[in-house]
Amino acid sequence: MTDRQHDGGPEALLPSERPVRFLTDTGAAVRGRPRYPLPSPETLRRAYRAMVVGRRFDAQATALTKQGRLAVYPSSHGQEACQVGAVLALQDGDWFFPTYRESMALVTRGIEPTEVLALLRGDAHCGYDPHRHHVAPQCTPLATQTVHAAGLAYAEQRKGSGRIALACVGDGATSEGDFHEALNFAAVFKAPVVFLVQNNQYAISVPLDRQTAAPSLAHKGIGYGIRSERIDGNDPVAVLAVLSAAAEHARSGHGPFLVEAHTYRLESHTNADDATRYRTDAEAEEWRRRDPIARLEAYLRRRGHLSDEDVAEAATAAEEFAARLRTAMNAAPELTPLGMFDHVYDVPTPQLDEQRASLRSELEAEEALT
Amino acid sequence: MTTPSTTMAQALNSALRDALTEDERVVVFGEDVGRLGGVFRITDGLTAEFGEDRCFDTPLAEAGIVGFAVGMAMGGFRPVVELQFDAFAYPAFEQIASHVAKMRNRTRGRVALPMVIRIPYAGGIGGVEHHCDSSEAYYAHTPGLKVVTPATADDAYSLLREAIEDPDPVIFLEPKKLYWSKSQVALPVRTEPFGRAAIRRQGADATLVAYGPTVPVALEAAEAAVEEGWDLEVVDLRTIVPFDDETVAASVRRTGRCVIVSEAAGFAGVGAEIAARVQERCFHSLHAPVLRVTGYDIPYPPPMLEQHHLPNVDRILDSLDRLQRDDRPDPRFLPLGGAA
Repeated sequence: MTDRQHDGGPEALLPSERPVRFLTDTGAAVRGRPRYPLPSPETLRRAYRAMVVGRRFDAQATALTKQGRLAVYPSSHGQEACQVGAVLALQDGDWFFPTYRESMALVTRGIEPTEVLALLRGDAHCGYDPHRHHVAPQCTPLATQTVHAAGLAYAEQRKGSGRIALACVGDGATSEGDFHEALNFAAVFKAPVVFLVQNNQYAISVPLDRQTAAPSLAHKGIGYGIRSERIDGNDPVAVLAVLSAAAEHARSGHGPFLVEAHTYRLESHTNADDATRYRTDAEAEEWRRRDPIARLEAYLRRRGHLSDEDVAEAATAAEEFAARLRTAMNAAPELTPLGMFDHVYDVPTPQLDEQRASLRSELEAEEALT
Repeated sequence: MTTPSTTMAQALNSALRDALTEDERVVVFGEDVGRLGGVFRITDGLTAEFGEDRCFDTPLAEAGIVGFAVGMAMGGFRPVVELQFDAFAYPAFEQIASHVAKMRNRTRGRVALPMVIRIPYAGGIGGVEHHCDSSEAYYAHTPGLKVVTPATADDAYSLLREAIEDPDPVIFLEPKKLYWSKSQVALPVRTEPFGRAAIRRQGADATLVAYGPTVPVALEAAEAAVEEGWDLEVVDLRTIVPFDDETVAASVRRTGRCVIVSEAAGFAGVGAEIAARVQERCFHSLHAPVLRVTGYDIPYPPPMLEQHHLPNVDRILDSLDRLQRDDRPDPRFLPLGGAA
């Protein structure tokens, strides 16, 4: 048996000793030379605007849920840097594999908000066309989509398309077997895929120390021969810098890359959850002080890359986005009960045709009564 | 020229070889399918002939294999994966039930998964624990999957080719004990498409409905039953999903009697579904209750006991006694103390 060869030895796979950060909690640049290239001011300005719009979208979706317009909404308030950074680090043709908490990322990707929210409103399991946006369906069974991302990335590599995949999971999902199988398959086949773990500290109510005894979630990479890094997930500069480097690593044929981002879910798991049962206000307050939008705004203003006008424009864009969403979600979705039988198979079985006809009679009888 | 003798294993191997030749999107992968050619040698020689890119070994992880195939299918390939044994497929069940089966429907037709999951299944080969499960009901009960199980070498070839060409995911269940059964088949061959059952033996007195490993047992029983004065029809389902109601019901309407033969535990099994469908469609033609000859409702027994578990000729012949040809009810189900 020989040790696997990695550039710089196995230690080079390990994450940095402390989470990579470019910004202090108040948005000042940290001292010292960063290990990763600094994103361009233009990219950071885009990220700022997308986070402002994304946060407003998230708040609006939460409000719509309280009004009964959505069946459920898992908020990503507090995780804006990861939601936006993960999308901006990718190119248009790259594939994105979201969980159910990535609504903000999906609107950042340019998918119509009503299509993003169809799953959570309950009118369709997936409201958008995955092939059009190169975004897999929002995935609720935890970590199951990470294996798809590995397979798809391998397919892209085989086709020589130059495209990569990025798969999102949370801290809890790193305990699922599929996460480990995905890391292993991706590494063995050198698939160009980036795994982004948004460690928001809780899997619904269960804290991180009940998920793992590992030094960090990023340390899980070395066991599979995967280069790994951990970052301050509320530092948008660090998120963009490291995810861009990870994407480049994958795209240039070096195989998968695992990133653990330390962040915090400021809201409950969903509207149906009550976070006060398992965590303190003081803890949430601590994280509010590391607000990614405020940090990036302070940083960009200090460098002269963001003006009062820019800030006002972003705020206006966010309000308009929310207003459009309200209007769109006030319209009742068009429901076609007979459509339930569509696309079970490419060509329906005779039995499904019978069942469809039976429902059609039911519907016609109901209609005759009204 | 005589038609060569072909085993089911060889027919499956030829189907994979021909599919790999004809469609460059086809990839074959799984545990030991590369250099070894599979533990049952179904993929024998494919890596040597087509290269590591087309037929390759994977890490030993079934959910990973199936999930990786989902991603490759999304990316334009046509994966054909092997899960080594029936009971070793269970780690992949979440991938199969939550993603493979649902992807087309949940994306409203936008993402299709043309992929085949090959699973050597069922008993009769003296396999130790966890190597002999009849797991077809799990898959048949999951909408979105097609479930196929050949009983002959020509069907093995044809159904596997069709599975690989199918735009939907197919669970392809290979009866292990029939891998080495020989028949005269000239390959390539195309038999009836999915959704058509085959009448393997015509008869007038009762219909035996079988699939996969029980088809030869049913045929043997039908021959033996001639001596007892029974002329039995044998229907081979070929595909459990889609299910051929038409052929099965037409046969039972002709014969008026029906026995379903399957290896799986009877309770809540595919046999129960067939019995329900037959009585719904053939009630007025039936002269006796629809019967089932199945495995017992027990975990698959140790190999030295399996002959007591599996449906055999005698058990099928015994079932004929309960088909009320003498117009007497089945004594097993008489009310307590009731007189017949």
